[in-house]
Amino acid sequence: MWLIGGGLIFLAIWGAIATLSAGVYSARHWIDFVIFGLAQGSIYALIATGYTMVYGVLRMINFAHSEVFMSGPYTAYFVAAAFYRSGFLDAHPIVSLLFIFIVSMAISTGIAFALERVAYRPLRNAPRLVPLITAIGASFFLQYTFRGLYGSGFQAYPVFKMLEGHWTILGIRILRFQLVVILAAVLLMLALYSFVMRTRIGKAIRAVSEDKEASALMGIDVDKMISMTFVIGGAAAGAAGVLYAVMFKQVHFFMGFIPGIKAFTAAVLGGIGNIPGAMLGGIFLGLMESIGPSLFLDGLGIVAPYQLKDAIAFTMLVLVLIFRPTGILGERLAVKKA
Amino acid sequence: MNGGQSIWKSAVNIGAIGALTTVLLSLIGMVGAFSKRDIIYEIVTMGHTLLLTVGVFLSFLSAKRASQKGLGRVFGATLITGILTSGGVALLVIVGKTINLRMVFVNASPALYQLLIFGFDASFGVPLLLFSGLLCGLFAFLLFIAPPILRRILITGISSVAIAGVLQDLLRPIISIWGPLAGINDVLFAVNGLTLGGGLGMFLIISVVMFFWAHKGNKIKTKISTLPPGRQRMLKTGTWLILAVILIALPQILGLFLSEVITIVGLYVLLGLGLNIVVGFAGLLDLGYVAFFAVGSYIVAILTSPELGFFNMGFWSALPFAVIAGILAGVLLGIPVLKMRGDYLAIATLGFGEIIRILVLSDWLRPWLGGAQGIGKIPNVTISGYVFSTPQQIYYLILAGCLLVGFISWRLRDSRLGRAWMAVREDEDVAQAMGINLVATKLMAFATGAAFSALSGAIFATKIGSVYPHSFNVMISINILCLIIVGGMGSIPGVIVGAAALVGLPELLREFAEYRLLVYGAALVAMMLLRPEGLWPEEKRRRELHKEEEPEAVPADAQGSA
Repeated sequence: MWLIGGGLIFLAIWGAIATLSAGVYSARHWIDFVIFGLAQGSIYALIATGYTMVYGVLRMINFAHSEVFMSGPYTAYFVAAAFYRSGFLDAHPIVSLLFIFIVSMAISTGIAFALERVAYRPLRNAPRLVPLITAIGASFFLQYTFRGLYGSGFQAYPVFKMLEGHWTILGIRILRFQLVVILAAVLLMLALYSFVMRTRIGKAIRAVSEDKEASALMGIDVDKMISMTFVIGGAAAGAAGVLYAVMFKQVHFFMGFIPGIKAFTAAVLGGIGNIPGAMLGGIFLGLMESIGPSLFLDGLGIVAPYQLKDAIAFTMLVLVLIFRPTGILGERLAVKKA
Repeated sequence: MNGGQSIWKSAVNIGAIGALTTVLLSLIGMVGAFSKRDIIYEIVTMGHTLLLTVGVFLSFLSAKRASQKGLGRVFGATLITGILTSGGVALLVIVGKTINLRMVFVNASPALYQLLIFGFDASFGVPLLLFSGLLCGLFAFLLFIAPPILRRILITGISSVAIAGVLQDLLRPIISIWGPLAGINDVLFAVNGLTLGGGLGMFLIISVVMFFWAHKGNKIKTKISTLPPGRQRMLKTGTWLILAVILIALPQILGLFLSEVITIVGLYVLLGLGLNIVVGFAGLLDLGYVAFFAVGSYIVAILTSPELGFFNMGFWSALPFAVIAGILAGVLLGIPVLKMRGDYLAIATLGFGEIIRILVLSDWLRPWLGGAQGIGKIPNVTISGYVFSTPQQIYYLILAGCLLVGFISWRLRDSRLGRAWMAVREDEDVAQAMGINLVATKLMAFATGAAFSALSGAIFATKIGSVYPHSFNVMISINILCLIIVGGMGSIPGVIVGAAALVGLPELLREFAEYRLLVYGAALVAMMLLRPEGLWPEEKRRRELHKEEEPEAVPADAQGSA
């Protein structure tokens, strides 16, 4: 086992040295990679908080979280498109962006709340495999419901003129929308973190994830707190969805799947059940994905390394699960409690 | 107590659920798509049937809720639920006719509204729609107060007519080869759907048969069980013989298209039997199962295809390599995940499956694996000159595979290894304490499952004649998992039932194809909530799942089943 791990690490280092010594990419390229990675990673991080919080309280993977992520921006697309047609979007870009955020977060929150009520709550004491399967089922159901409702094509998100072009900060040129995505995501993560750490509800949620019976004895409404967890995770996913739509400029009923798996990977990477860990894991994964193919694989002489960026993410997932199931910041959950 | 109030409240709640469901069904386009198929020619379409079923079912549910409060309240509750359910649709029609909802909801077309108000003018159609909701409520009420035997006859009769209408394309060709009886087709079926007379006749015949069965069924059963053992054995062998003859003659009975469907179902049965060992017997949730299917297909493709020209082997010499490669892949992917459990295992295997697919798809390995274009020109299977090329011929290949694999899994289930798997499924730690070698047991499960999957992949490769990475995405793994769960985990007949229901039915109902995954999803959730043991469960597992409702009984039962 360790031999394989060591071998992979050796290959990665060797590839990195080969790439760097070949000097195909300039410093500009690397900076672009890093910024793109940060932007993508902060979106993963926001989604990952939802996975990690649900895992914390219920010890289950909410497979349908990727659909919670998809539902918000897909619905908000119609608001954005209506704004765009009426010219409101160009006249008041900040107000309309805010409005899009609110719609998206509201829809995602609603879906997450309903999901918990219908698909998970009745199965609180069922064997472990059962809620996982309902989660997969709910995920399909939501995907294809939205496909049926809104159609199966890609919808192009309207372009915010304000966010086109780039700013130059400290001599580094940054694409505007990438910077906005990073800033918004960091802001949202700070808000979420302080909500969980500072408010009474946040405290109650942490208590529930620590020990359900004991917190019920302390007068905490456990079911309500579990609902709250889904609500918070849903809101974060809805916001992440808008950021994703701003960055990639399109929405689709299947758009949740890959970011969902990536965000889950991020949550595992950071140590599932641990909110700062999920954020860290998300950003780390985003960076690895954007830098990795060029840094590690290019040097090994692999053709078209960018095609393998998902393979890097999944390889990291598998490696983390094998060698450090606790993740970067997590406690030892995977083997014991799972 | 305000018991009366809570009944009205629950009736209204259920009605709201009904309104939401029917509106959703209309907006996602299911009603529109299904209405192209008539159940009774030019009278009832499948779309209407869908909506009416929702109305009747929910009204019946609220009748059940109100059952202890007297018939008057039951009557009221059913009517409220019925009219609310249709009220939702009526509201949709009214709103849709004033505002153009099509900007957002692609299916909210005028054609849909016309369909919902039965093709009449809005001023007449909307009241009619509400009235149909009332009728649903009334019908549910009648069903509720009817004696159980009558209720059963009504439900079975109506649902078999509906099923006959839905499956008309399947039934028609089958009936047409009955020789002198082929005339039934003309009586029963119109251009699209059943004829009115045919539908009514069928309903009557089924009702009468049901009625007699209810009266005489037990007598026949006791008669059979009191037969001398020799005769009983004869009866049993007779049934098996008839089954074998049907299995062998099936492609000739069904014709080309249906044979194709059957071969697809057969491939999924093969896959399902393999995954059944991993998930159903050993309890290892594997979401990367399609990887082994891909390994089998690709090994056969690489070894046989002249397009790459490495080996140019025949199918039969390539097959052992494919199966061995599958076993190796199973063990190789099994080793790293040995220590993981439950959802972690699921995610890790999902990751593995995706890694393999991405690697195959990449340009990097293209010279060996063909990249996105895949590998073509895989030769057909031949046995001493007999070529398996059409679906009707390949059917026999798959049938042989299914019988072999089914036999192996049946024997394995009751073997020492099979019992060890089930012990691991129930509780790993206890199993280990009982002296079961966890590593060997789990690896055997992965290897056996992978071998079956690789076999299925090999047949798949020759059936299609080419392999593409896109045939091996994660959806296949999830489909297989779903069919096992729907059929009943760990149950071998369950796999066949599950494959027929989840793979066969959508192939037959082309309208369904678009909504296949939606129905899957809903069915999975409903299944887990209502019947977690599956359609054809394994006896042990059913007892387990129902014992768990009494928590005290679990330890005793676990001992009993180990």
